[in-house]
Amino acid sequence: MYTETQVIKETKEGELVINMGPQHPATHGVLHLVITLDGETIKKIEPHLGYIHRSIEKMSESLNYRQFIYVTSRMDYLSAHINNLACAMNVEKAMQIEVPKRASVIRVLMSELTRIASHELWLGAMAMDLGAFTPFFYTFRERELITDIMEETCGARLTMNYIVPGGLMYDLHPDFQQKVKAFVKQFKQKVTEFEDLVTNNVIFQARTKGVGILSREDAISYGCSGPVARASGVSCDIRKIYPYEGYDTVEFDEVLDTAGDSFARYIIRVKEMNQSIRIIEQLIDNIPEGDTQAKMKAVIKPPKGEFYTRVETARGELGVYIVSEGGMTPYRVKYRSPGFSNLSALDHMARGSKIGDLMATMGTLDLVIPDIDR
Amino acid sequence: MELTKQNGQEQIEFPGEIHPTAGGGIIVSSFDGLINWARSNSLWPLTFATSCCGIEMMSTASSKYDFSRFGFEVARASPRQADVIIIAGTIVNKMGPVLKRLYDQMADPKYVIAMGACAISGGPFFYNTYSVVKGADHIIPVDVYIPGCPPRPEALLHALITLQEKIKSGLTREQIREESKG
Repeated sequence: MYTETQVIKETKEGELVINMGPQHPATHGVLHLVITLDGETIKKIEPHLGYIHRSIEKMSESLNYRQFIYVTSRMDYLSAHINNLACAMNVEKAMQIEVPKRASVIRVLMSELTRIASHELWLGAMAMDLGAFTPFFYTFRERELITDIMEETCGARLTMNYIVPGGLMYDLHPDFQQKVKAFVKQFKQKVTEFEDLVTNNVIFQARTKGVGILSREDAISYGCSGPVARASGVSCDIRKIYPYEGYDTVEFDEVLDTAGDSFARYIIRVKEMNQSIRIIEQLIDNIPEGDTQAKMKAVIKPPKGEFYTRVETARGELGVYIVSEGGMTPYRVKYRSPGFSNLSALDHMARGSKIGDLMATMGTLDLVIPDIDR
Repeated sequence: MELTKQNGQEQIEFPGEIHPTAGGGIIVSSFDGLINWARSNSLWPLTFATSCCGIEMMSTASSKYDFSRFGFEVARASPRQADVIIIAGTIVNKMGPVLKRLYDQMADPKYVIAMGACAISGGPFFYNTYSVVKGADHIIPVDVYIPGCPPRPEALLHALITLQEKIKSGLTREQIREESKG
């Protein structure tokens, strides 16, 4: 924490230090930024973390391999399915278990629905940060359809815990296919509304174009991933580079841009939603019949060793690293969360810009603070 | 001053006399009722979302559930303009002092809703953690608790209506606690 004397010692004459957060509507959680200003120009940003540090990694060491997965839904709650998937894949890799084909396809479908829901929420919240209130209601209208689908099948709207080691908790709801098809049909009609409201909006373009530029080299050296890195031209989609769960059998494009500004990051996410719809359309009629759960022992005891899996969440690359000593609980669990690396680039991106532009830069980073603090 | 014994306890009698205005009690109490009715129908929540429950709070604010039907639509980012603080999410040790400060900065009358298992008791983070506050009521008093992880938007709406009823009844937290015991 900054003490008052430290602040006075470190600031030069004419500089102003302000605290943004931990209670601030645009930080989407409890992020604390110490911003050094010269007039209105940002000199330095120092993020302070730990306001939602729930010791999830330490907690996982005392839970067994079936139990620790449910905590990860609370980590990056906007892509809960994909977090669960990463952990389940890790345990399956350790136990060398083949997941049934039906479970694989459903996992991909659920992941892509989650990705759309996450991007929609981001779009509404980011537009609200920039002063546009209407897109929030439009995007939530579509997002509610996805949460309804999730609720029918998984029993929860947000923290699903549906994907477990060896497959799925239970089979799909009979209405699943029909509901998803109805959603896809409606989404395709309504996505043009977002474009009219936001993309072609002159004020929105003026506030995001050329703001918060991140070059390709910087994106790589800061370890950025996901839409943030792809907007700077770094090809980093895990679904393409290291395909998992049959992503290599479906057709979709990795969306890339070279501008690296806030507008590019916005465009990438909108295009990614369309790609997710493409994946869903290919799979929804081709869900194979069969089991949803591979045969596993009640108590999972992976062999001694270290295991690492990576997946593409809505925010970027999530890595799960588990050290097993051969017991019932993991010896050590470490998560490589996308938000943490993306946040570290914020200081570099915002330096020299005006404080008003910080909202656009931070909004398009799509930070989820519990994912950063864990 | 005279000391009188009542129920075995010594009590000091009020020096002087009180002359109640004829009919004054009726006017004051019905005026209180009017104020409570007005207060309960325009509660402005503070946007205080620390984790997952914040997303369900956003859902409640959005088009499908729409809590502005009950007078909650003016979500304020500043505690000085807010009447009710909805603790949506886990409170950890580092956040505790911040929550207390926010609560102190709110103007009276102020109300608190603890949303979700984390704010009630630490929830899924009760065991084996070193950093989670096991319930927001260790820090500030809570009026309404909503169970769930996270609670559904309907549950939040129900909590808001319950809070309105509590305010309309005109009782203090202590009085309500006594009533629920008896």
